[in-house]
Amino acid sequence: MTPPSTWIVRNLWLIPVLPLIAAGCIALLTQKRRAIAASLAIGSMFVSLLLAMCAFSHVLILRAHGAPDLQVFNFHWLQFGTQWLSLGWMLDPLTALMLLMVTFVGLLIFIFSVGYMSHDENFTRFFCFLALFAGAMLGVIIANNLLLLFMCWEVVGLTSYLLIGFWFTNPKAAAAAKKAFIVTRIGDLGFLLGMVWLYAQSGTLLFYDNGRGALEPTSIATTLAHHTIFGLTAATVISLLIFCGAAGKSGQVPLHVWLPDAMEGPTPVSALIHAATMVAAGVFLVARMYPLMSAQISSLATPSLALEVVTWIGAITALFGAFIAVAQFDIKRILAYSTISQLGYMMMGLGAGGVAVGMFHLLTHAFFKALLFLGAGSVIHGCSGEQDIRFMGGLRKRMPVTFATYTAGMLALCGFPLLFSGFWSKDEILFSAHSWSVSHVPFYFGAFAALLTAFYMMRQMFYVFAGSHRAAPHSHEAHEEDASSPSLHHPPASPHESPWVMLVPLVLLAAFAMLLGFLGTPAWPWLQSFLDSEPTTFSFAGFSTPGLMAVMLSSSAIVIAGLTLGWWIYGRKTIGDATTSDPLDHAQPSIFSTLAHAFYVDALYDTTFVRAANVFAEISAWFDRWVWNGIVQAVSYLVIGFGYFDSFLDTYLVNTAFDEGCKGVSRSARILARLQSGRVQLYLRAIAVACIALIVLLLWRAVR
Amino acid sequence: MTLVFLLLAVITILGMGAAMSLRNPVHCVVGLTLGLLGLAALYLQFGAQFVGLTQVLVYVGAVAILIIFAIMMTRSSESAEQQTFSRSWVAGVAIAVAVFAVLGWAVHFGASGLNTQSTAPELPVKQIGDALLHRFVLPLEIIALLLTAALIGAGVLALQDPASETRGQR
Amino acid sequence: MTPLTNYLLLSAFLFCIGLAGALSRRSAIMVLIGIEIMLNAANLNFIVFWRFGPVPTALTGVMFTIFSIAVAAAEAAVGLSIILAVYRRTRTTDLDSTEATRS
Repeated sequence: MTPPSTWIVRNLWLIPVLPLIAAGCIALLTQKRRAIAASLAIGSMFVSLLLAMCAFSHVLILRAHGAPDLQVFNFHWLQFGTQWLSLGWMLDPLTALMLLMVTFVGLLIFIFSVGYMSHDENFTRFFCFLALFAGAMLGVIIANNLLLLFMCWEVVGLTSYLLIGFWFTNPKAAAAAKKAFIVTRIGDLGFLLGMVWLYAQSGTLLFYDNGRGALEPTSIATTLAHHTIFGLTAATVISLLIFCGAAGKSGQVPLHVWLPDAMEGPTPVSALIHAATMVAAGVFLVARMYPLMSAQISSLATPSLALEVVTWIGAITALFGAFIAVAQFDIKRILAYSTISQLGYMMMGLGAGGVAVGMFHLLTHAFFKALLFLGAGSVIHGCSGEQDIRFMGGLRKRMPVTFATYTAGMLALCGFPLLFSGFWSKDEILFSAHSWSVSHVPFYFGAFAALLTAFYMMRQMFYVFAGSHRAAPHSHEAHEEDASSPSLHHPPASPHESPWVMLVPLVLLAAFAMLLGFLGTPAWPWLQSFLDSEPTTFSFAGFSTPGLMAVMLSSSAIVIAGLTLGWWIYGRKTIGDATTSDPLDHAQPSIFSTLAHAFYVDALYDTTFVRAANVFAEISAWFDRWVWNGIVQAVSYLVIGFGYFDSFLDTYLVNTAFDEGCKGVSRSARILARLQSGRVQLYLRAIAVACIALIVLLLWRAVR
Repeated sequence: MTLVFLLLAVITILGMGAAMSLRNPVHCVVGLTLGLLGLAALYLQFGAQFVGLTQVLVYVGAVAILIIFAIMMTRSSESAEQQTFSRSWVAGVAIAVAVFAVLGWAVHFGASGLNTQSTAPELPVKQIGDALLHRFVLPLEIIALLLTAALIGAGVLALQDPASETRGQR
Repeated sequence: MTPLTNYLLLSAFLFCIGLAGALSRRSAIMVLIGIEIMLNAANLNFIVFWRFGPVPTALTGVMFTIFSIAVAAAEAAVGLSIILAVYRRTRTTDLDSTEATRS
């Protein structure tokens, strides 16, 4: 590794620190200083974006010169005994890519929020938390030390709690924030255990450190050599534990339950956190720890056990999310379950195909999901706070820009062939799943999920944009009820297009959603080679990889089938009014309701874990009230008893003794006072007696 | 133990004894005077003529008279009713007897072994005057101061208050 | 019994007479007289030692006696004037009565 003498690598820490400083400054402002808060946040994010571009270009230059493109900067932090705990940051292609993506998407969402939250009275607090989140997320990306990554990871979790529960006066939002925090915490417990174990095994938490790092070959060999329970190697178990953390943050089954509820937060939050960045942190973590996760004893053709688990869970999640999204009626919830599904895809891609495959989809997903969420935000804003798709409709004509950009995003998500980025990235994943040596089941799961994705997105498009507007029957009360967004105090007017400050980010994201795919086509797999540090050329020969064309054609067919199915059921007849039941519901009510209730997973958790926790809490409360409190009360009664006893002693013994003493003193004083009678002759007599005594004494001595 | 000494001793003891035991204070002063004269005679017999005559001049001539003045001035109308001896006079006498016993013992023990001379020393008055102004000049001056202070003090103390004088006159 | 011891015994006896009177008499003036008697007994003691003591040429005894007489005179004067002053206030010279010693 070349020594980090370059300016950008030494100052890479500025990228997360600038938004953190902005957050700190904004925290000191009053609520009235909106312009300053917004400009601080957006300005810091913009500077971070410029720095990220510098970093990216630096990596490109290094790549062009053929130099190794992994650069770290480590420094000593804590000393305990003779050992040093070092922290540091690193710059490699993965880091550079993520930095660029997060800063760019983050900047766009910040700008969007200026418009979306303009009516909210807590504007400055919002930007403070947004900047804090951005800083923490960027810290996760550049961290070269697992501990530093964990610390920033936790701050990310904290800020997602703060942002989901931004309108904390709404009990649903507060509960959702708590749920998000606790569920991700469960995953983080595994993460922490894995981290500690890794430290025990390899003696360092730095990832790359001149050969001594935890992800470098010598250390990985050490963890591989160590066998633990069930005959698994330490490497496998550590990887699985760390994957727990990733599963929690990225909403994999079974820790996905917080993601749909997190839609209680403002829409820019959903876009930033639950589409582009925070949920991607889990995928990023797996990508970062890939050397450890893919390590195995013998170079078998099959992947390591950890990656197998990752792939299976990803596949299950992909299908699971897609199923549930079919039966949802809240516009943001459909997108939330869609996010869960796509995250499953990313994990599947990582597990089956490697870092490049998973990260490609993460990159494209960030853009088109952020686009979809912001578009949904625009729709909600335009409908004055309405979020139920049954009460929307006909927005195609009234919000044309939103409609156009939303369509672009939707097609990218479905993976419409050729023009849209989602196609290329999802295809890579399906191809990797198809060529997975362990089993073909994930491929079938992924393919079916693609079908469902196209289907439910078409459903959503028809509900929201087609037909005519179906205003809610008691629209005014509905607005009060949907006061999870108290910012939208518009009178229930007819839907209108959003202001330009909200539309420009949409357009930008739509452009990227379409164009980004061309970075990773088989003809010119630039992104894959960038991440895998291999050279690349442009040639159509890439298309002739065996099986690739078959997968591409079949996935295109699946997408078109799904879209057609959606049109068939929802598009032919316009949806009349809000009260007509969904056609699927009409056809298969039991299945539909199961899907609508998310396979009753939440209910299951409620009856088991939550109830167990409540029971334990009750027991603890009883214990506290009766046992500990009883002991404390007993002690205090004992002390009071002592007090009474003491007072009794004091009154009857001490006081009496003291009084008697005083009386004795005064009695003896009276006796002694007789000496001072003032009678001269008495004095004389006393003197005479004393003289006698003295003389006798002297004479007696002399006589002897 | 010459006869003269015995006689003078008896006179002195009688006088002093009378001074201390008679009821009438004036009688006591007369007895005191007799005792003092006896002592003066003893001094003369010892050869300390100056002291003896000084004794007569000062003690008999001034102190005794002074005491008589004081008796006269403090004579109250119910003088006869006042008892001579205090209530616990036995204790006082007993203490005096004890003192005498101790002193007698001391005399016997201490002074019996001393060399005594028999001839009286020569002491002209001139020698006393010389000593007063040379060797004992400091005590002389101090005594002078003392006497002055006593004079002034006695005068001040004995001065009658104008208030009580007017009361006395009424 | 040498002549010296005789005289000394006489002086001691006189002293004790004076002491007995000073301790037993009721009137303050009587106490003063007793004190004078005691002083005189001490003077006699000095003269006796001067006459019969070891070094006769030193006239310390005589000088001391002269000074003693002077001091006794002064003391008698002051003491009597104190008694007068007290008598004026309390109208009695009785030492046993409580009025005499009232502060």
